[in-house]
Order: sequence, then structure tokens, then C-alpha cells
Amino acid sequence: MSGSTSSGRVFHAVAGTISVLWLLPIVAVLVTAVRSFDDIAANGLASLPQSFTFAGFADAWTNGGAGAMWNSVLVTVPTVFLSLALSAAAAYALSRFEIPGRRSIILLMLAGNLLPPQILLVPVSKLTELLGIYDTLFALIVVQVGFGLGFYTFVLQGFMRAMPNEVQEAATIDGAGPVQIFWRIVLPMTRPALAALAALAFTWIFNDLLWAITVLRSSAVMPVTPALLALQGQYVSNWNVIAAGSVIAAIPTVAVFLRFQRHFISGLAVGAVK
Amino acid sequence: MTSMTRSFTRVPPILLLFVLIPLLVEGFWVFWPAVQGFWLALTNWDGVSPPRFVGLDNYARMIDDPVFHTAVTNTAIWLVLFGGLSAVGGLGMAVLLQKERRGVGIYRAALFVPVVFSLVATSLIWQVLYQPGGIFDSSPLADPDTALHAVLVPALWRQVGYVMVLYLAGLKGIDPGLYEAATLDGATAWQKFRHITWPQLGSVNSVVLSVIVIDSLRSFDVVWSMTRGGPYHSSELLSTYMYSTAFQSLKLGYASALAVVIFVLAFGVIVTYLVRAFREN
Repeated sequence: MSGSTSSGRVFHAVAGTISVLWLLPIVAVLVTAVRSFDDIAANGLASLPQSFTFAGFADAWTNGGAGAMWNSVLVTVPTVFLSLALSAAAAYALSRFEIPGRRSIILLMLAGNLLPPQILLVPVSKLTELLGIYDTLFALIVVQVGFGLGFYTFVLQGFMRAMPNEVQEAATIDGAGPVQIFWRIVLPMTRPALAALAALAFTWIFNDLLWAITVLRSSAVMPVTPALLALQGQYVSNWNVIAAGSVIAAIPTVAVFLRFQRHFISGLAVGAVK
Repeated sequence: MTSMTRSFTRVPPILLLFVLIPLLVEGFWVFWPAVQGFWLALTNWDGVSPPRFVGLDNYARMIDDPVFHTAVTNTAIWLVLFGGLSAVGGLGMAVLLQKERRGVGIYRAALFVPVVFSLVATSLIWQVLYQPGGIFDSSPLADPDTALHAVLVPALWRQVGYVMVLYLAGLKGIDPGLYEAATLDGATAWQKFRHITWPQLGSVNSVVLSVIVIDSLRSFDVVWSMTRGGPYHSSELLSTYMYSTAFQSLKLGYASALAVVIFVLAFGVIVTYLVRAFREN
């Protein structure tokens, strides 16, 4: 309806142009990814594609891509699960019970997450060496769980605090213990917040570079994001392979975003605007 | 709030474990290393022989370190340009795409898609675009005069959508009746923005400011993947200089002192953020 008015036409012209400009780099990379090396070498990156092949994808996938993707799964899934499990437990105790110093504990935990990670890099790297877990995926998992906990706990305790008290009281009268109430009542009611945080945490952890290159060294254990940097070094000026690698690396997070779009956006907004 | 939890004053012991275990995990991997970081900043350490206490020498060394000066200047430029432009761009797009109308979801999604890409993937996408023989005759990343700005563009491309989402959430909270009343009074679009939108966005603005400062000081991935801080340190930020000093030059004491500088710069914003969180709790 507003499309027929002149202000509607101006709106669509402006917003449409910006959107197309915004998507242009993605289109350019998709096009580059399906061109052949010879085509790019002969005609240049700017020319219209003269070829169509998935060779770039095959190269990126077989030269480390598949292994890196598996490493990412091995890191991301346990990290998201452990982070949310631990922070949900902490949030439950801190929001529904008079834990001594609860406000200070919540803020202390959040403060840890706001620290610039640079202050932690050298000690964390040395700590993993000391424990004999340097260059293992286990190190990357525990480091990221530790660093993320404060933020997830803060968001979840805010959410749990807003829950009505009656349910908990009724369950207590029925003889349910605090753990049962957590498991059967509070956790199910927290699902929207957990879903939002899970979607966010997945992209953060999957996209991480800094922690990975701080506690990992061997290419055999590198997840997708740092492996992409290695791919760039290995395939200098093989732009079809590099473009294909970027596309492969972006697929999981784009899939999560498309599947959990609403949760994802609300998670971002909750995290910051709360 | 206290009346809500009053009936649960007695805390079952198992719940103390619910808090203690996460707290210990964070303590071990965050607070304990942070304390070590501040201590290491006062030492000279190559990571092999034991750290040697040198007092404030590392900080004194920064005064004569030209790379440190470049990194500080670039971090300030980054804060202003990355922070400022993403705030202005994000707010502008949020206001443009604020009203629910046909097609608006597609436009919002278009701006948001880059947010889910990793910064490494983002930087590779832009490296493809920057290649000589494409839009440019020579890559702007290779020229010390343009490298920092060439890195800034992809970072902004990804950040604007994020800030837009934060502002969209804030704009949702504004009573549409205010706009209707203003329209009846014949207010222009600018007047509506100036007298309704902007004053109502106060708390969102301060949140966006904190997020932007913290994100700017943390920015590492995009610079590291595109230039490693080069050429000739021209795109060096404090975060990249800290990383290469620690893990490439193996000057762990000096690197820790650089990390402390980043911490000090972020400190004010972190405290503001925590004070707001405290008030809402």
C-alpha cells in the first residue's frame, strides 16, 4: 500500500540500493568461488565469469577444510553446551535464592567477560602449557567456557529473576527439591533465553580466531576460522579456492542465523540493551 | 525484588555448588590469569627462563617505542572511525528501517547477514575485492597510506548491521502515538527524529557507546587476517601489536604491559557498563 505513494517509492529506492550494495561483496565472492583458476588467471578477477566449476570448493575442502570443520564441531558443540549448563545453574541459584553477596558475584562474573582478552592471552597460553593441554581442543574448550560464563550467567539470571514466584512455591509445597525445581520448572521456562544465547554463543565460538591461535599451534587441530587464515597463506592468489573457503566457513553460521533468526536477533538485543 | 525471594532465605547447600563451580572455572581461566597478566607486565620474560622483575621499565620503554606510538594513534583513529561510523550508520539504518512495512524484513536481513560471518571470512571476502585487476590497480592493503582505512571498510561492513539491531530494539520501545501526534502537528521527518527519537534513545545510546568502545579496543581478527598490522606497522593496533610482541617476538613482559594499556583504556567503559548492570539488578 505504501509502495504506491511517492514516499514509499523513495524508501524502496534508498533501502533497496543500500541493501544491494551491502550484498554485492557476497555476490562477488560467490561468483569468484565458482570460477576456475585458469579463467581468473587469464581474464582477471573483475571480468565476467567464463567458467563454472566447484573445483575451488573441492580444493578448499580436501586441503584441510573437512578436518577443520570437524575440529570446529568438536570445539563448538561442547563449549556451547558446557557454557550454558554451568551458567544456567549459577543463574538459577543467584536469581531464585538469597546467596550471600549475590549481586557482587553476578557483577564480578560479568566483569570477567568484559575484560579485554589481551590481558589474558600470555598467562592463559602458559597455563595450558603448564597443564600439558596446550595445542589440544580441550584447552580451547575450557578457555572459552571460562571466558563466556560471566555474560551468559548475567543474561540468564535476569531472565530467571523475572519469572513468577508462585510456580516455585507450589512445587516446594509439593515436596520438590531445589534441583528438581531447576530441572523440571525453571529450565523449561528459560528455553527462549537459552535458545537465543545458544545461537549467539555458536557464532561467537565458531567465529573465534584469537583464543584458537593463542592455545593451538598444529594445523591438525585448527578449527575453521584459523584454518581459513592458513588456507590464505597456502593458496596465495588462488582466489577461487580462497573465496570458496570463505563461503564454506560462513555456511554454518549463516545456517544457524537463518534457522534461529528471531532468537538470534533477540539475543543480541537482550545482551546489550538489558 | 527482595520480597519475591524472601520465602527462599534458607539456601540449600547444593545451590552453593551451582554457583561455586562456574565461579571457580571463571576464576581459574579468567581472574587468575588476569592477575598474572598485571604481574607479568612488571617483568622481563622470554617465556623460557624465569621472569625477571623490572618494575615499571616496560612502561618506560613505550615512551621511546615508535611502533607503540603508531599503535596508539591507530587505535584512537580506529575508535573514532570504526566506532563513530558504525554508530551513525547503524542508527541511520535503524531509523530508515524502523517502520514495519512491505520488504523491510529483507532490507534488514541484507544489512545483518555480514554480522554472522567471522571476521576472518569477512577479511578474505574483501581481500578478493581488493585484488589488483579488480576494482583497484594495486591493493590498498599494500600501501602504508591506505592500509588502515582498507581494513576499516570490511570491519564497518560487518558492524553496521549489529549496531542497527541494537538501535532497532531501542526504537521498538518508543510509543508510536508520539509519532502520530507529531504527524498531525505537521512535524517534518527531521523534527520527529530530533524531538522524539533521539531523546527516547538515551539509554540505548549509552549501551551502544559501551559496546562500540569495548569492540574497538578488542578489534584484532580483521587487522590480523588482512595485514598482520603492516605494511611497516601502518595498520598496527594495540591489540595486534600486543599479540605479535607476545607470540612472535616472545617479549612476554612487554606484551603484558601493552595489554595493561588496553585494559586501562577500556576500564572506564567497563565500569560504566557494570554500574548500569548493577542498578538494574
